[in-house]
Amino acid sequence: MADTAVVAEHTLRTFKDHLPVLQVLVPFCTAPLIVLLGSRRLAWPLAFIASATALVISIMLMWEVREGGYVAYTLGGWAPPLGIEYRVDAANAFVLLLISAIGTVVLPYAYISIKDEIKARDHTLMYACWMLCFTGLLGMVVTGDAFNVFVFLEISSLSTYVLVAQGAGRDRRALTAAYDYLIMGTIGATFFVIGLGMLYMATGTLNMADLADRIADQGANRTVRSGFAFIIVGMGLKVAMFPLHLWLPKAYTFAPSAVTVFLSATATKAAIYVVMRFTFSIYNPDFSFTNNTLEIIFAPLAIIAMFSASFVAVFQTNFKRMLAYSSVAQVGYILLGISLLTETGLTAAILHMFNHGITKALLFMGVGAYVLRSGGAFYTQIAGLGRKMPITSGAVVIGGLSLIGVPGTAGFISKWILVQAALERAPDNAMFLAIAVAIVLSSLLAVVYVWRAFEVLFLQEPDPNSTATEAPLMMLVPMWIMAGACIWFGFSTEHLYEFAAQAAQGLLDGSQGMMISTGQGGAH
Amino acid sequence: MSKLLDLQFLAGHAHYLLFIVLMMTGLFIVVDKTNLVKKIVGLNIFQVSVFMFYVSIGKVTGGTAPIFPMDDKYHVDKEALVGIAYSNPLPHVLILTAIVVGIATTSLGLALIVRIRESFNTIDEEDILHIEQEMTRDDNRKYGNAMGGLA
Repeated sequence: MADTAVVAEHTLRTFKDHLPVLQVLVPFCTAPLIVLLGSRRLAWPLAFIASATALVISIMLMWEVREGGYVAYTLGGWAPPLGIEYRVDAANAFVLLLISAIGTVVLPYAYISIKDEIKARDHTLMYACWMLCFTGLLGMVVTGDAFNVFVFLEISSLSTYVLVAQGAGRDRRALTAAYDYLIMGTIGATFFVIGLGMLYMATGTLNMADLADRIADQGANRTVRSGFAFIIVGMGLKVAMFPLHLWLPKAYTFAPSAVTVFLSATATKAAIYVVMRFTFSIYNPDFSFTNNTLEIIFAPLAIIAMFSASFVAVFQTNFKRMLAYSSVAQVGYILLGISLLTETGLTAAILHMFNHGITKALLFMGVGAYVLRSGGAFYTQIAGLGRKMPITSGAVVIGGLSLIGVPGTAGFISKWILVQAALERAPDNAMFLAIAVAIVLSSLLAVVYVWRAFEVLFLQEPDPNSTATEAPLMMLVPMWIMAGACIWFGFSTEHLYEFAAQAAQGLLDGSQGMMISTGQGGAH
Repeated sequence: MSKLLDLQFLAGHAHYLLFIVLMMTGLFIVVDKTNLVKKIVGLNIFQVSVFMFYVSIGKVTGGTAPIFPMDDKYHVDKEALVGIAYSNPLPHVLILTAIVVGIATTSLGLALIVRIRESFNTIDEEDILHIEQEMTRDDNRKYGNAMGGLA
């Protein structure tokens, strides 16, 4: 009797119920499949099919949680908190969509870029690593188990180190960039594990919802607090939070162009999501130490990052390196939005995460196209290419404007909401007025560094010996999809804003947000 | 708080002290040594300290290994089961995963060092830094004059 009941339960599960685990499993199984088939011709199509499937799944998941609530999935049917649970709510669904959309759009572009920059014999393994990195990032976001985050974090990190090191064919500094990233990334991940160990000591559980519940019940003690410190520092390394960002410019500069596109738009974003999940959902924002940490540590560091990294970006002579420093500055905006601790601020952070993801992907794709046609991304090498490659450069202009935050582009919306969020808190504390001014001023620095690139591209004479021609169609289409997205989300803001606000609401509800079940999906 | 040095407290928390000593040793090696292989060794010590931390928090006073006692027919010995306390196996299992991750990191790090040795002909960080500074200077000489040297 018991047996038939179990069987019946299993047959009742539909394809839709398995979506959260399929999100991770599809790319995860593709990676070994690519290696086992070992065919260079099949590697790319397989990777593309897996990414596109992941994108479809993430859209379906997003559709399910659009009205709030969450979709839960218990791995192997073991009930949480003992079993591992995958849990998708508005916040994860949003980040899942960003990661899988970027992964799918970038792959056609990567096909040509990788062919050009990496030796043919490495292609198969390269796509396998790409899929593993994709798996890790999706897994970090989809899981509802704190230790599972670490496992997926390491899957994505280890494959990222390999992907970065692939740049060695063009410049041997890619190897040391990958090595430095490996050392710092491992220290970060190990700090994260120490933090989890302390949480486990204090609460005896690793399920996120259960952790949130128990921390809310027992209040803070020293173990819980130091666990928080370890987790924030460890994840801060992965996020490239200001003083911990040293690995980022070098890794982004020397990695293959396609890898930089993918990482800049997804890797730091997944880590930021984990920081949000831990500070808001697991540790209640009501805890005074969370407030203190965010306001006294995050906000000043974010502002320093916004100015110092933008300032350094102004003086770069390499387009790719300039964009890498700009990424550090943009992470500053996102962290600033988180540290404001209001729904508007958090909405701005989530929106900026998305908008910066598509903007930076577009710009790095432009860099990759220039590297393909002129052999490098130094300003002297790309001088005047705006005239020789007008379609590529048109997309780069849209990306540059979105990076500055010009009205009519995606970048404007999130920065505008961020300024509003700062002004919202200005009546209680004059400091926030200064913060709002700082956001505007640092955007002016962005004008300077983006303008320098535009001047080199359009106002300088091209090298008379240059044979550069327009980038191939397979690169132009992904670039213009991103450029279209930058403009689309600059005008049609309601849906994205509502969804981000929904995610922010869920996060700000703290541990309560983790417990609410609206009957959608629900635990199986 | 009356005593300056609470020996009993220290003895009860000896494993935490050892964990911190080991962790700091590892971190110090990572930061201080310039030899890339030694850095990986330091990273390993750092990670092992965390493994020991996890294993030690699973200990239950008087607890034994979490394996059912067997009789001579390899069935669970119900009599021996009474009043037996087990250590918490979950942290041990978690750390198995972390050990695997540690091995993967070490092997990838060493593989990178081999490639670095092939292309830089050294595994000393300071030498590599010199070579890279030289490369950057070359880049600047070659490409640094964008916008008429104003860049």
